[in-house]
Amino acid sequence: MLLISCPNCGPRDETEFHYGGQAHVAYPESPNDLTDREWAEYLFYRENTKGTFAERWVHSTGCRQWFNMLRDTVSYEIHSIYGMGQPRPDIKVPGQRSEPDKPGEFTQTGEFGQTEPGLAPGAPTTGVPISGATAPTSSEGV
Amino acid sequence: MSADHLPEHPDFLWRNPEPKKSYDAVIVGGGGHGLATAYFLAKNHGMTNIAILEKGWLAGGNMARNTTIIRSNYLWDESAAIYEHALKLWEILPEELEYDFLFSQRGVMNLAHTLGDVRESVRRVGANRLNGVDAEWLDPEQVKELCPILNISDNIRYPVMGATYQPRAGIAKHDHVAWAFARKCDELGVDIIQNCEVTGFIKDGNRVTGVKTTRGTINTEKVGLCAAGHSSVLAEMAGFRLPIQSHPLQALVSELHEPVHPTVVMSNHVHVYVSQAHKGELVMGAGVDSYNGYGQRGSFHVIEEQMAAAVELFPIFARAHVLRTWGGIVDTTLDASPIVGLSPVENMFVNCGWGTGGFKGTPAAGLTFAHTIATGAPHKLNKPFALERFETGALIDEHGAAAVAH
Repeated sequence: MLLISCPNCGPRDETEFHYGGQAHVAYPESPNDLTDREWAEYLFYRENTKGTFAERWVHSTGCRQWFNMLRDTVSYEIHSIYGMGQPRPDIKVPGQRSEPDKPGEFTQTGEFGQTEPGLAPGAPTTGVPISGATAPTSSEGV
Repeated sequence: MSADHLPEHPDFLWRNPEPKKSYDAVIVGGGGHGLATAYFLAKNHGMTNIAILEKGWLAGGNMARNTTIIRSNYLWDESAAIYEHALKLWEILPEELEYDFLFSQRGVMNLAHTLGDVRESVRRVGANRLNGVDAEWLDPEQVKELCPILNISDNIRYPVMGATYQPRAGIAKHDHVAWAFARKCDELGVDIIQNCEVTGFIKDGNRVTGVKTTRGTINTEKVGLCAAGHSSVLAEMAGFRLPIQSHPLQALVSELHEPVHPTVVMSNHVHVYVSQAHKGELVMGAGVDSYNGYGQRGSFHVIEEQMAAAVELFPIFARAHVLRTWGGIVDTTLDASPIVGLSPVENMFVNCGWGTGGFKGTPAAGLTFAHTIATGAPHKLNKPFALERFETGALIDEHGAAAVAH
């Protein structure tokens, strides 16, 4: 189970959260002008990254606030948590996967569901400031 | 009573050839679908100068990880057609492949626990019958008669209000299925190349002409992708996108028990599906983990919830133990239907998006995908499952409709 550090409530079990898929997908600026192909892209096509992925979560049984997360989709390690409306942090992840797996190699690397130990509510993770209770949560805006 | 006797572990059934410099077609992915595709390419279309490239070992991905349920009781016409064709192939394949992979048509039951479930289920039984799929509606007493260990009393949170039943459905030994296809592929001249990971594609304009692998470059006229959870990774290498999200899907087995469970029971509402393997393990699965993942493992609360559901429905399971849990990476689409057809790259074809239910579709995926690769146009069974449906809106929405467990 993932241990997720909600920016408002601190570290909580994954069961308190709901997943919101890829982050930073903006509603089309001019929906009436889109072709069918562009609508299909907006409705059905999302990145399916193997590696560091920017995604949204909501603390549905806690503060009920949305936030963004950078997470490795292979090791499930959480690299960063940041507020809605903030751009994706440009972080260097130690040991980041830059090459495909070697053949036959198990891909279970890293600590399962590990977040930074002892993270207090609102504390920074991996050098990226978490805006905590003062996070601008108004809109996606990206 | 004792558990079924299983055949001895076979000797090597296929060669381990070095990759040749070129092939008429290359299938990426040596799981069930890749093997079935190669088999039908060779058998139905005479294409024997072909290779299957597998990055790990044969049938070591989802083919080794599924819960082996085979059924065709899908709601919509397009799905009923392709899954029922698959079921008919399952019925003849042991003889055709000359390998008994223990296809046991012990029936599949889909339980209804709410009035909404009952209405949807009865509707699906009607739709199935109109499509020539065997289907029955059972009341709780009939459910109990077929599966005596099920709790049909009203002392549980969601009492069993009835079930749909497909008598011809069942389970098969997944690894034996892979071996059966692999042996026939090998006999027909197909090169099965393991430990050979695709790292890129060579294109001439928008036409694929070769595959870069960890064992060198292979020229080929046609490429068929059968990579399930890794389809998006391959598509990205080839320069296009797929409307797929990869999720972990977990399953578990108990230790071996005497036969207690005569059929297959699925419940979407309480959310678990259970059968008893030939050897005696109770085999269970449920829905995917919510997050995207390629890690072949998921979160434990998902296992905990499906076990809770199983114990609620089958009180005697409370004394069984979990022996092993695992996860596979499934390629889900938003309409819970597969994508089998052409891709935006010329001479490259995609078979993916089977999500949580790819095992049952193996023979039909192979048959239709081989047809698509050989002729450059879809078979009538996979035509509705084209990538274009996400653009035209002609979705085949089996979410909640097809007794699909999510």
